[in-house]
Amino acid sequence: MPTRDALRTTGLLIAVGLAWLVAADAMAVEGPNLGRVATPEEIAGWDISIAPDGAGLPSGSGTPAQGALVYAAKCAACHGEKGAGKPNDQLVGGQGTLVGDQVAVKTVGSFWPYATTVFDYVRRAMPLNESKALNNDEIYAVTAYLLQLNGIIAETDTIDAATLPKVRMPNRDGFIPFTAGK
Amino acid sequence: MRRKKSGAGPNAVAGNGLLDRRIFLAGATLAAGGVATTTAGAQPLADAPWMKVPGAPFTPYGQPSRHESKAARIFASAPGTTGTGASRTPHHLLDGMITPNGLHFERHHSGIPDIDPDSHRLLIHGLVKRPLVFTLAALARYPMQSRIAFIECGGNSAQLYQKEPAALGVQALHGLVSCAEWTGVKLSVLLEEAGVDPKAQWILAEGADAAGMSRSVPFAKAMDDALVALYQNGEHVRPSNGYPMRLLLPGYEGNMQVKWLRRIKLTDGPTMTKDETSKYTILLRDGKSLQFCFPQECKSIITRPSPGLGLQGAGLYEISGLAWSGTGKIAKVEVSADGGASWAPAALQEPVLPKALTRFRMAWRWNGGPALLQSRASDDSGYVQPTRARLIAERGAKTIYHFNAVASWAVGESGEVKHAYA
Repeated sequence: MPTRDALRTTGLLIAVGLAWLVAADAMAVEGPNLGRVATPEEIAGWDISIAPDGAGLPSGSGTPAQGALVYAAKCAACHGEKGAGKPNDQLVGGQGTLVGDQVAVKTVGSFWPYATTVFDYVRRAMPLNESKALNNDEIYAVTAYLLQLNGIIAETDTIDAATLPKVRMPNRDGFIPFTAGK
Repeated sequence: MRRKKSGAGPNAVAGNGLLDRRIFLAGATLAAGGVATTTAGAQPLADAPWMKVPGAPFTPYGQPSRHESKAARIFASAPGTTGTGASRTPHHLLDGMITPNGLHFERHHSGIPDIDPDSHRLLIHGLVKRPLVFTLAALARYPMQSRIAFIECGGNSAQLYQKEPAALGVQALHGLVSCAEWTGVKLSVLLEEAGVDPKAQWILAEGADAAGMSRSVPFAKAMDDALVALYQNGEHVRPSNGYPMRLLLPGYEGNMQVKWLRRIKLTDGPTMTKDETSKYTILLRDGKSLQFCFPQECKSIITRPSPGLGLQGAGLYEISGLAWSGTGKIAKVEVSADGGASWAPAALQEPVLPKALTRFRMAWRWNGGPALLQSRASDDSGYVQPTRARLIAERGAKTIYHFNAVASWAVGESGEVKHAYA
């Protein structure tokens, strides 16, 4: 038979044990918390990604004609005249080549599912040797030019934050999620 | 295929000379089995010059032996660039499971940035309660975790989709995979400190290179085993692998494991970046493409013998190679010396770790005749590495991504080893 003292001691031990467990639990989720809260102004400087619904697109606009000038000056040396490719990726053409055993010509026009990706990628990475040198109007314009060369928009269209996400790319429905472990 | 009789003895485990690996433990019995010994012309062993004078002085950072200069990466850059492309690990000249830091494969989309660690920041924002910015010094105070993990480029082994076998070796064909011990801060700890909005389903990870490399990653992976890696095999992550920090997503496609990590944005959907739409998707025959091919599925390669490492006469050899699975642990590697007609299990070198390279070894007595060497790995999910014919039947050959089928080396009577299709 345990004595009253023993029971009290046991109870105390259980209480101490529980308190320790609670403390251990609390410790498990506690990080050092050494991040500084970022201000909206700081975030704006880096938040350059564009969602497929257009979220994140800046002000500014451009037309295919304006884009042709940007393209000739900044892009043609690597991507060829009018996006024909060589020495680097072909950007125009290839629609209808994805099906069957023929050689698939994957370009902005034949393959890219979202027009927003063109703006996002050109702004972050192009031109390769001076990325982030183009201003937003120039990026909209060269995006418009590539879309027009691919027959997706008209020469008279203007591309901006409102119109770009509404552009329907020919291969928009061409993607299905991968399933692993078949 | 013409085969000489293997003269299968009591140790044979499969056709064309594959042997029970315990033969290597049998000591003297082995020598009696086949090694030709001769004493003709033997001279007394003499001391070499380096035993007669003191050796070289200390150096601050060690380098491999000058005699091992062939153990080097090979690389190719996109036209008009010097650092935009890929370099490949010389697996045929390495052993074990860890890739030395100087030989880890690389894939850069606009060269290697020279990042000042004191200026570098990691921003976590988007669907969080408190957007946070971290310095490297701050992250260095967090509790660290280490894990050994392979990283494989989604385009590794791409040439094996081609109609004819490319006349290349392990490095050129399969060198876009490496394995290191990575140490860093669990990403989940940082995300929890920022306070995750329940609407967050994805993260966008972005690098501080000139390409601003960016990929969307499912939020569940970010909370599971993702690491903000600061160390690689014990030293700070190499510039070519993301200094001062990279995202480690064990088992996932290398392209997603963003180097020079500067920003993580929590989002409700994928951002549909260039590299998760126009690249790293698998175009099928019907014109549709598989997207979000995250895990690098179970795969193996024989690293020795292999092209450039021919056989020097009939006799006993160890067949050695690497196996890995982006979904778990390697359960079994089988080896064939007769083009898949018969198979025997290889010995798995401990430690066998999930989502890490696993070294396998097999004993083989080459009879001097033609042989077709293959390895076939299975993981602990029951997935078996497919044949090339099956993979191409399922996916076609219009893609360059995620080739994980069985590869073959043809051994000729001269001992020369060539890439082949079985």
